[in-house]
Amino acid sequence: MIGRLLDSDLFYSFSRSPVTVLAALVTAVMMGAAAFAPWVAPHTPFDLATLDLLDAFLPPAWMPDGDPRYLLGTDDQGRDVLSTIIYGARVSLLVGFAAVFLAMFLGVALGLVSGYMGGMVDAVIMRIADVQLSFPTILIALLIDGVARGLLPRDMHEEMAIYVLIFAIGISGWVQYARTVRGSTLVEKRKEYVQAAQVIGIRPWLIMLRHVLPNVMGPVLVIGTIHLAIAIITEATLSFLGVGVPATQPSLGTLIRIGNDFLFSGEWWITIFPGAALAILVLSVNLLGDWLRDALNPKLR
Amino acid sequence: MIGFVLRRLLQSILVMLTVALIAFGLFRYVGDPINNLVGQDTSAVEREQLREKLGLDDPFLVQFARFVKNAAKGDFGISYRHRRPVAELIVERLPATLELSIVAALIALLVGVPMGVYTGLHREGFLSRSFMTLSLVGVSLPTFLIGILLILLFGVVLRWLPTFGRGEVVALGWWTTGLLTVSGLKALIMPAITLALFQMTLIMRLVRAEMLEVLRTDYIKFARARGLSNRAIHFGHALKNTLVPVITITGLQLGSIIAFAIITESVFQWPGMGLLFIQAINEVDIPVMAAYLVMIALFFVVINLAVDLLYYLVDPRLRVDRDRATGHG
Amino acid sequence: MPAETPPLLEVRDLRVEIPTRRGVLVAVDGVSFHIEEGEVLGVVGESGAGKSLTGAAIIGLLEPPGRIAAGRISLEGRRIDNLDAEAMRRLRGRRIGMIFQDPLTSLNPLYTIGRQLVETILTHTDLTERQAREHAIGLLAEVGIPSAAERFDHYPHQFSGGMRQRVVIALALCANPRLVIADEPTTALDVSIQAQIIALLKRLCREHGTAVMLITHDMGVIAETADRVAVMYAGRIVEIGPVREVIEQARHPYTIGLMGSIPLVGHDVERLSQIDGAMPRLDEIPAGCAFHPRCPHASERCRRERPERIALGNAEVACWHAGELAGRGAVTAGVVRERRENRNARTGDGRPLVELRDLARHFDVSAPWLTRLFSREGRKVLRAVDGVTLTIPRGTTFSLVGESGCGKSTVARLVVGLYRPSRGTILFDGQDYAKLDSHAAMAPVRRRLQMIFQDPYASLNPRWRVAEIVAEPLRAHGITRDRVEIRDRVGALLRQVGLSESDARKYPHEFSGGQRQRISIARALASRPEFLVCDEPTSALDVSVQAQILNLMRDLQRELGLTYLFISHNLAVVYYISDYVGVMYLGRLVEWAEAKSLFRDPKHPYTRMLLDTIPDLEMTGRRRAPVAGEVPSPISPPSGCAFHPRCPLATARCREMRPEPLPRGDGGEVACHAVAENRLPERAPRETPLRQEAD
Repeated sequence: MIGRLLDSDLFYSFSRSPVTVLAALVTAVMMGAAAFAPWVAPHTPFDLATLDLLDAFLPPAWMPDGDPRYLLGTDDQGRDVLSTIIYGARVSLLVGFAAVFLAMFLGVALGLVSGYMGGMVDAVIMRIADVQLSFPTILIALLIDGVARGLLPRDMHEEMAIYVLIFAIGISGWVQYARTVRGSTLVEKRKEYVQAAQVIGIRPWLIMLRHVLPNVMGPVLVIGTIHLAIAIITEATLSFLGVGVPATQPSLGTLIRIGNDFLFSGEWWITIFPGAALAILVLSVNLLGDWLRDALNPKLR
Repeated sequence: MIGFVLRRLLQSILVMLTVALIAFGLFRYVGDPINNLVGQDTSAVEREQLREKLGLDDPFLVQFARFVKNAAKGDFGISYRHRRPVAELIVERLPATLELSIVAALIALLVGVPMGVYTGLHREGFLSRSFMTLSLVGVSLPTFLIGILLILLFGVVLRWLPTFGRGEVVALGWWTTGLLTVSGLKALIMPAITLALFQMTLIMRLVRAEMLEVLRTDYIKFARARGLSNRAIHFGHALKNTLVPVITITGLQLGSIIAFAIITESVFQWPGMGLLFIQAINEVDIPVMAAYLVMIALFFVVINLAVDLLYYLVDPRLRVDRDRATGHG
Repeated sequence: MPAETPPLLEVRDLRVEIPTRRGVLVAVDGVSFHIEEGEVLGVVGESGAGKSLTGAAIIGLLEPPGRIAAGRISLEGRRIDNLDAEAMRRLRGRRIGMIFQDPLTSLNPLYTIGRQLVETILTHTDLTERQAREHAIGLLAEVGIPSAAERFDHYPHQFSGGMRQRVVIALALCANPRLVIADEPTTALDVSIQAQIIALLKRLCREHGTAVMLITHDMGVIAETADRVAVMYAGRIVEIGPVREVIEQARHPYTIGLMGSIPLVGHDVERLSQIDGAMPRLDEIPAGCAFHPRCPHASERCRRERPERIALGNAEVACWHAGELAGRGAVTAGVVRERRENRNARTGDGRPLVELRDLARHFDVSAPWLTRLFSREGRKVLRAVDGVTLTIPRGTTFSLVGESGCGKSTVARLVVGLYRPSRGTILFDGQDYAKLDSHAAMAPVRRRLQMIFQDPYASLNPRWRVAEIVAEPLRAHGITRDRVEIRDRVGALLRQVGLSESDARKYPHEFSGGQRQRISIARALASRPEFLVCDEPTSALDVSVQAQILNLMRDLQRELGLTYLFISHNLAVVYYISDYVGVMYLGRLVEWAEAKSLFRDPKHPYTRMLLDTIPDLEMTGRRRAPVAGEVPSPISPPSGCAFHPRCPLATARCREMRPEPLPRGDGGEVACHAVAENRLPERAPRETPLRQEAD
């Protein structure tokens, strides 16, 4: 199987594009660092015991007054910026992936059922999708978060915040998958291999799962990568606005918000480095998504 | 034609009612309205009286109907936090958001569409590739980050533009505008660009993709086979066919500018509805949240309707066989 | 012979290459030919032969990365293959025009056809806008668009397929080019419309003196229309010469094989001659003569050296052995068919296996109720099948023919259980299974009947391996679960359809169209059914591959005692394979009878009209009566007899009353008032074929 993969057109176009290879590399590094944060990060910025306020506001190591122990400087609490970035990326990626999986699962399932069953089921699901599309995703995410905030007592909300966030971003994103899968399902449904299975007498849900699903997953992958980038941005935005992850588990967005307060007083590194990290991460994911879309597009081949 | 309009109208009303239902649900069931309205030392009896006065014990449908009626009149009750009618707050803030959004939308359209057409026609040129790379960056940077960077560059380092607020405004009736003063215009530049950037790159990529798609069709091939000039093919045939499906999506995108204004207003401390909404989320100020929700839905629905009608006018196939091209219905 | 003036178009040693990541593919390899003024050159070949690319190269519209790698193309003596883009553009439309296959996508849907016409005229002439408009309206009338001035302002979607192709022709000819390249101009159209369009093209080109390069895979069209024909194979021309000579006295083994594999009405053969194998893919073209792996006469020289063109008679042939095979006669291959009566005795007892009684199927296609409220439309019902009654005896092949919209495919789907009938019964071996409700009740019936579909690319799940595809019925019907047994049975099935056991591990995309159709057949046979419904199983295949599949189906029928319901629009194929034929029009069965009987003595006016549309491959000179009108929409069929608007024998009674099926006299039935009232004119008997059966 690996041999087939390496020989495929996909891998060929991948290896021919240096930008994509770079993007893949960067994404891999960041994901790896985030996954293994406790081993990779030079410090433990969220263990209050290790913090020393005297180390606060240190500039990056290559500037005068910099300390080589804190490569990218420290923030107002004496936390090492590099380490906070690594842990922050972890949270950002966690929320991003989880939200995408939720949206993908929900969207693909609903789109498949909607397209294959047709009739009333299809009409209802698509109406709901239409109504939801009347709202920008960020608004939906904000709304769900606001409602959760109102419904749950404060401390419980803190604990649940990350799940609420994942739920909010996930729910706000299923429609795109559903519509695409529904469209593909409608096309595949007309194809004769589906009719052949019907003539044999295979039951509808089996046909959906075993015949149709493998053939509609292609575009889903592309949407997934793009959605990952959007999910990460959305989470960062919500955290920046103060309605995202709680301050105890800051994501890159939270870090940017924290640093924003110090931008004007000259400690630019507290916000710029997390900002750069976020931008690079999202850019790499987008590049991969772009390449994937072009590579999988049968018409361009 | 009438049938089409009426169907879309009914659909829109359905959407609005659903939104109203959600908003109402928020109102009634998230937190206790009474507790939020009165102080701690109000007696239980007085609370009961208040409850009755506000009709909080009436059946669900009656309350909902009342809510819808009031909402239609623009009455969303009193803000928990500001202790002022929500409608007043919104009217105060509306001009700021609308001005920002419309200017941003114009920028996004006037830059995005031509760039999209250009990069679609000249796939391989250097300029084209640079645009595409820049657009990728534009799509990857979150709006707030762009805002921060712009503030850093133009506000702090270069000191050319103000870093927050709206500048001086001129009142025209109940509307306040910043377009008539120099400081107002200067204050508008960065937020508008920040808001426009994401949509602009999206539109550009969309137009480009659609253009490439159209240039591959059989009728373009046939047009070439008939010896039509490049100009006739690109701008006569391809452009029109590209823009038709782009209309719907562009409309939706522009609608979402109003929502994205939330972020921009936050970063630039722009006194608009978005900022109000964020504060409301933080403070669990339900009436404001509900009102904002309904307003945004209204904007979206109106824009959707306008776009659908435009589509109908532009695509002759729809007048005979509607719903086929858009995937609606 | 060589004229003083150069030919209109001269192509010499044209070579078109397509660079890919796996190397450079040669799609057109040293093609040379010429076209004189006003001449029609047919370029015929199967898919992948390179004919479309040749046409694209001539007009300068090769899609990158394809490119002209070598050769010369000259128009009116001047070289055109090396012109720059702008100069080439000026040629297009003005001196060379092109027509594509699909009229649906050839026109810009957002502009009126009038505007598209005027635009083209203005590009190439100095007329004013008003003059251009008049010229355009005149053109529309010339191509046969009724009420041309009104329809000038209509959009493409307001025209039917045939009408659209007329508009396309008008567009291609409006600047009066000297040469028109027509790339499969009628393939996407109904048979009766095809005849109309071909006649139109012929007439216009003759009147304007335009030369035509007619690219098609349909030999019948070539026989009727072309003056000369070039046969292409694997990017090369293997034979080129006057049409009559090439068709009747083909010299190249490929042409001989090709002609022999085309079924002909009136030509009784037991088996169509078939060429084993398939045209090589572009990356697998053999050295020497590209045809040698499939050629029964291949020698060592053929394997090593690529043959040059030799003149024989008035034609040129690229084959080392052409001289020896000369005069073999093309349309003669095939073995004389055994008397049909014997066949019945062998395969079945003639008892009915499937019976349809007043079968009907309606679809509700009304607009949403809100729209109807305002436009005051009633409910719209599509009567796809409207009362069909027929009987299929065991062991026989019953074919349904008709044009698009006649309902034959819907009948197929009703019989197989994909649709439920709105009315009527379907009896399978005496049991009415249309009424069966539950999944479990239908299961035993499902084992005994199966279906083969038209599109070999869409009928196999691209993500499943062949083994899984063929084994699916075995698992679904619970025939066996044992892995070893499944593997053995799959292997046996594959062998039965002419593939090998090792093919089981591959994926569908690794096979050609014909091979995929074989896999479909293997799947259909897995549950050992008695009855197969075949929905246009060879319509998407090349002619030589079609012969293979038809032969295979005949063999299987004999071996396994199968009964077929065969759906097709191709009358020649139907003649070859059927025992009984039914003709459908707008959801009704207008006539059915024993196959030879029906073809020899068609009674219903529509059947007669259909038979007249078959292209005259035998070149008897029979004139085709052009068909009036187009097939009306099945949503609002004409009252009474559905055919009356187009029928030369229609009376008031035909308008009011729907005719009942009455016996024909040979066991079949025909539903026509004219027949019942004995008003049917005598029909000239079908002319005997020019050649005798041979071999």
